[in-house]
Amino acid sequence: MRDGIPIFLGYAAVSFSFGILAKKAGLTPFQATLMSGTNLTSAGQFAALGAIASAAPYLETAALQLVINLRYSLMSCALSQKLDARLPFRHRFFMASGVTDEIFGVSVSGDGKLSPFYFYGLMVAAWPGWVLGTLLGVVAGNAMPASLLSALGIALYGMFIAIVVPPARKNGVIAGLVVLSMLASALFGWLPVLRDISAGLKTILLTVLLAGLAAFFFPLKEGGGE
Amino acid sequence: MTGGSVYLHIAVAAGVTYLVRMLPFALLRREVRQPFMRSFLHYVPYVTLSVMTFPAILHATEHVASGAIGFGVALVLAYLGRSLVTVALAASVAVFLAERLLGV
Repeated sequence: MRDGIPIFLGYAAVSFSFGILAKKAGLTPFQATLMSGTNLTSAGQFAALGAIASAAPYLETAALQLVINLRYSLMSCALSQKLDARLPFRHRFFMASGVTDEIFGVSVSGDGKLSPFYFYGLMVAAWPGWVLGTLLGVVAGNAMPASLLSALGIALYGMFIAIVVPPARKNGVIAGLVVLSMLASALFGWLPVLRDISAGLKTILLTVLLAGLAAFFFPLKEGGGE
Repeated sequence: MTGGSVYLHIAVAAGVTYLVRMLPFALLRREVRQPFMRSFLHYVPYVTLSVMTFPAILHATEHVASGAIGFGVALVLAYLGRSLVTVALAASVAVFLAERLLGV
């Protein structure tokens, strides 16, 4: 649980930013907190906000969550390698709800088999941090001066950048992909026809397209475990 | 937009998210072998996060200029390998200071 303290703090700060954005999108405090409590994903929740704000069809929200959180599938795969094969099924069910970037990062770096209770310890730190931060963000958002709101609004994006840049630095393909993704995203915002596509749909389209192209032209080398 | 539809969105998002995390955990004992799928899954997060970050980050603040500055600061610190919290907070501080200086 001690290892979870940085996660708690980090989540509180970032989810605060999410709370602010949620309020902007028109969610009530209860709705925003419920969202954080059930979802526990920064990228996914944020994208869902876009879908809700534009009153998108539910199918789009589902597809959006599927694509964005697909990386969690990969993390789950990697983590499943570290689990004792004899682990009772119920542990797998509960652990599944806690797979996030940071929790994954901490869990996967440990030696030996991953104990479910260590994982739960991390979740106990992360979940309240995430939910509480959201609540504060939505509620206090009104009481704060615009300047502070503006500054904190960027925290979530800061986190995304912190996740994406370090690997990009080490790997040219990823670096190129990141730059290309950003350019493509901006392009969608400017071009007349593409501009009308909702944010959610844009994310899905570009993800499938660009990740697919990358996988085709730059497949991962065999033999390396992820 | 009625209140009911927001809850449905939340439920759909939570449900899908949980399933996405759960199924591989519960079903997969081995790693994904198929090269294309493995590569695809590997690259997905980078594309998704990048697409969502830019150009939205420029509009996340009161002024495009401060958004751009925050973006730059985040990039530099992330490049230097700082932690998630550090980068996020530093970007916020940078935006705050930038807006003071710009007189926004």
